[in-house]
Amino acid sequence: MSMTDGPTPLPEAAAAQAAADREAVTAGPGSSVTPEKRGRPGVFGAWGERWNALSRQQQWAFLIVVVILAYMLPLINPPIITTEPGNNFALACFDMARFALIAVGLNVVVGYAGLLDLGYVAFFAVGSYCAAMLTSPDSPFLHIPYLWTIPIAMTVTMFFGVVLGVPTLRLRGDYLAIVTLGFGEIVRILATIIPAMKGQVGFQNVGHPPGTEADGTPIFSNSNGVPWYWLTLSIIIVITLLVGNLERSRVGRAWIAIREDEDAAEIMGVPTFKYKVWAFAIGAAIGGLSGALFAGQVGFVNNQKFDVTTSILFLAAVVLGGAGNKVGAILGGALVSYIPLRFTAVAEYKYLIFGIALVLIMIFRSQGLLPARQRLLAYGRTAYQRVTQKDSTGPSSAGTPPAAGPGQDQNREKGVQA
Amino acid sequence: MLPLLVQLPPMENDWISFDVPSLMQNFWSATFDGLTFGAIYALVALGYTLVYGVLNLINFAHSEVFIVGCYAVFFTLSGLGFGPSAPRLDFWSIVLNLVLALVVAMVASALTAFVLERVAYRPLRKRNAPRLVFLITAIGASFTIQYLIYLWRGPSPELAVTMFRPTPIFDVFGTIVDSQQLVIIIAAVIMMVGTERFIRKSRTGRGIRAVAQDPDTATLMGVNKERIIITTFLIGGVLAGAAALFYVMKIPSGVQYSGGFVLGIKAFAAAVLGGIGNVRGALLGGLLLGLIGNYGQILLGNSQWTDVVAFVILVLVLLLRPQGILGTSLGRSKA
Amino acid sequence: MSQDDRLPAGSRDAAQPEAAAQAGPDVDALAEAGIESELAEKVAPDRDIAAKVGENIVEVKDLTIKFGGLVALDNVSFDIRRGEILGLIGPNGAGKTTCFNAMTGVYKPTAGQVVLEGQVINGLKQHKITRLGLSRTFQNIRLFGEMTALENVVVGLDARHRTSVGGALLRLPTHVREEKSAIERGMALLDFVGIADHAHFLSRHLPYGYQRRLEIARALATDPKVLCLDEPAAGFNPAEKEELMALIRTIRDEGYTILLIEHDMKLVMGVTDRIVVLEFGKKIADGLPRAIREDPRVVAAYLGEPEDDVA
Repeated sequence: MSMTDGPTPLPEAAAAQAAADREAVTAGPGSSVTPEKRGRPGVFGAWGERWNALSRQQQWAFLIVVVILAYMLPLINPPIITTEPGNNFALACFDMARFALIAVGLNVVVGYAGLLDLGYVAFFAVGSYCAAMLTSPDSPFLHIPYLWTIPIAMTVTMFFGVVLGVPTLRLRGDYLAIVTLGFGEIVRILATIIPAMKGQVGFQNVGHPPGTEADGTPIFSNSNGVPWYWLTLSIIIVITLLVGNLERSRVGRAWIAIREDEDAAEIMGVPTFKYKVWAFAIGAAIGGLSGALFAGQVGFVNNQKFDVTTSILFLAAVVLGGAGNKVGAILGGALVSYIPLRFTAVAEYKYLIFGIALVLIMIFRSQGLLPARQRLLAYGRTAYQRVTQKDSTGPSSAGTPPAAGPGQDQNREKGVQA
Repeated sequence: MLPLLVQLPPMENDWISFDVPSLMQNFWSATFDGLTFGAIYALVALGYTLVYGVLNLINFAHSEVFIVGCYAVFFTLSGLGFGPSAPRLDFWSIVLNLVLALVVAMVASALTAFVLERVAYRPLRKRNAPRLVFLITAIGASFTIQYLIYLWRGPSPELAVTMFRPTPIFDVFGTIVDSQQLVIIIAAVIMMVGTERFIRKSRTGRGIRAVAQDPDTATLMGVNKERIIITTFLIGGVLAGAAALFYVMKIPSGVQYSGGFVLGIKAFAAAVLGGIGNVRGALLGGLLLGLIGNYGQILLGNSQWTDVVAFVILVLVLLLRPQGILGTSLGRSKA
Repeated sequence: MSQDDRLPAGSRDAAQPEAAAQAGPDVDALAEAGIESELAEKVAPDRDIAAKVGENIVEVKDLTIKFGGLVALDNVSFDIRRGEILGLIGPNGAGKTTCFNAMTGVYKPTAGQVVLEGQVINGLKQHKITRLGLSRTFQNIRLFGEMTALENVVVGLDARHRTSVGGALLRLPTHVREEKSAIERGMALLDFVGIADHAHFLSRHLPYGYQRRLEIARALATDPKVLCLDEPAAGFNPAEKEELMALIRTIRDEGYTILLIEHDMKLVMGVTDRIVVLEFGKKIADGLPRAIREDPRVVAAYLGEPEDDVA
């Protein structure tokens, strides 16, 4: 690989690493500095380079077009892409958005912090039940407007995330995997055996956001996917921006450091346990959020909707898109939902397909479609230029590195990379 | 569920109640049944423990190694004419049939474990992949096998294959111990003791312990690490195959594509309870978990509580004593 | 930028000529041959220790560590004084790294105390110890491979940051300010160790020598009172070692206190102000390099076990 060839001058390096650099689709203002970090060239490497070559105005214009297109998607109903006649396209869009949102949440846990959460569906389920039990007429509890259940669902799932995370996150990552796997199953069992959760009978007529059409039917009806899709898409944009903020902060750095070398991170002053719990809780909250949306759209929640296998689909979404990459997660989530909806012939095989995909991706391309890109340190370029300029003007320059030339160092690199 | 807690008190008795009299009444039968299940858990737990000891990896697909064994038992026995009702055969024919099924199950499970190791894990080891990659591969492999079976056999359980009618053997505290329980417990314990002795005494066993302790040094000392790893997977597979036979013996209609999943989690919980990586720990953890699960089930009055109880135990062990009861690792233990 | 005060631009300039002046090919050849007594002749120019070295900043008191029945460290006591470079040396298996790990919280001592500026730090969580001012590098490099060099350093700087998760989530102004200053300071630190032009390389793609330097920069980023270097020259050739010695001296001159574990006697003698010698988990000597070199017990310890300085 070209990257091991010793020090490349930065401009070249920047071009090389522009690969896979499409994060800015969702990035906040802070990250719109031209990316300059190294990354492995991805499938979309060429696009990334082209993206990088654009000016900021062009990038923003492009982003706005993409977002508008995304909003228009169910209305345009493009011929080849559409999932009809097999599945209503607007509902399919909502399902894709739902999966994408879940993948964004799971990506925080798996992609950034490197914690394997195999029971993510449980948080999704808790969120769904929160929405259902607080709005459905079948529920004996107090009823509140649907939109209020969304923050409540997030809070409650976050609480569950902390309760589950605290005992397990002190231990090695493997334990978390098995405990979350068990938790996914337990939530389903509890929904069955706790009468208040009404087992298979479930909750009908789960609430939805307010508003009616002219003819009195609710805007957010179960059969009309468009408003639900727009709502979910808007939420995805907000969540991705917020997650992006975290990603580019000390929090995101702590997560990546934990993923890379937990002991070293701890010794470098990162409170690893705290940040692991945060990652887990934030992931859980996003799972709960998507669960509440799902409950609202479907309008019916029972214990049959949340089997553990669905968790593996979520995991496949993150891994397929590229663990550690927000845009990858959105793409992966949408794909995992889209493929069985579009190609109904293979729908029956979806679990098998994504199971095999997991193994194959891990063996042959563990970075997924869009590799994790380096988190931008906003302002990094300016600081870099300041330093290099100082160096190039200064008489006794530190720009000439004191260590021996790269040629010598290369020989030892092999050992280091292991 | 927070609001649920607020309003729960009036309905508390609805979903959880402690049926102590029932437990007292059935204590000994629950004990023997629990030990039977525990022996099965322990055999599967050994597979987790051995692989964990050597590779430091939770082999999520081990539950599928087990379920493949169950299908092997099912096909062998139904091929031999076994069905929902116990066949009228003389003692030795039954033994012969069961031994045949056992061997087929062991071979099938071991083969699955072998393929798994070669296809899924080995390429990752070769390139020194990070742990997360191993775990995701493991879960992906588990998922793949599960759904291959699903597509082949469908979602419903297979027809029951009853091996023999349990006959009462002796009486303890007014509770009858039947031949089935006795066969399972004794056979499982023999197998585990055999495994333990194998790991302690044999040359290969020493190799396993050496690799568990320090793979690099072991390799330097002339241990063939790859061979040891594959042997470990094979041993785990063979034991899972045996567990499969006993499982089908105990629950004749329990052969189902998803059957390995919950049992796998319980077996893993057993391994953690006893001390993961510890061979004796797997036995102890398995038996304990079988007992606690069974008591819990009777106490709480619903068979699904066994799973919840097993899970709660797993979390509690991790919280209070993550190294498990016996604690030592495969490498360090004398076993 | 006020944080950069400790790193005046001129510091590097002093470092490099010094390094160049000290590198003599014949000495290096001897180093390669491993001829100990010859190398020890090359002692650092004597400096006025009293002026540079202040009161005790770290006190290691009767530190004992047992692994099962094995006593890895037996009642070891020594002090680190403010502003000095203290060398911790000893033959293989003498307990140097164990001592190091006990000080930085990796191992819990069986008995004894580690006191940093009057506060007992053993038993604290590792990240707390780091924040209290004890930072370290690793013998076998442990960078965050998928992060750039700059990001690695900023992780170290984060140890001094106050932004909460909420603040980061909403990009509050304090957070933005912190990020900005972290990047500036991170670049300054990379510049200080001489790898600023590689700031945006993934750390696993850096050449070996740069990785070692990056580790030092990352440890410095936590703003330590005591910087602990665990065999920083392992795997270096003699020329690189000279440069490293210069860097370490420069760091000391910036006002940092340094604990240096090193195998290579030449490096130790050349750079340290004071030396503590361990053998079989016990302290056998403690003093100025010149005295240590002549200490018969130290000589015996090292002659008994020929040194191999290629880790």
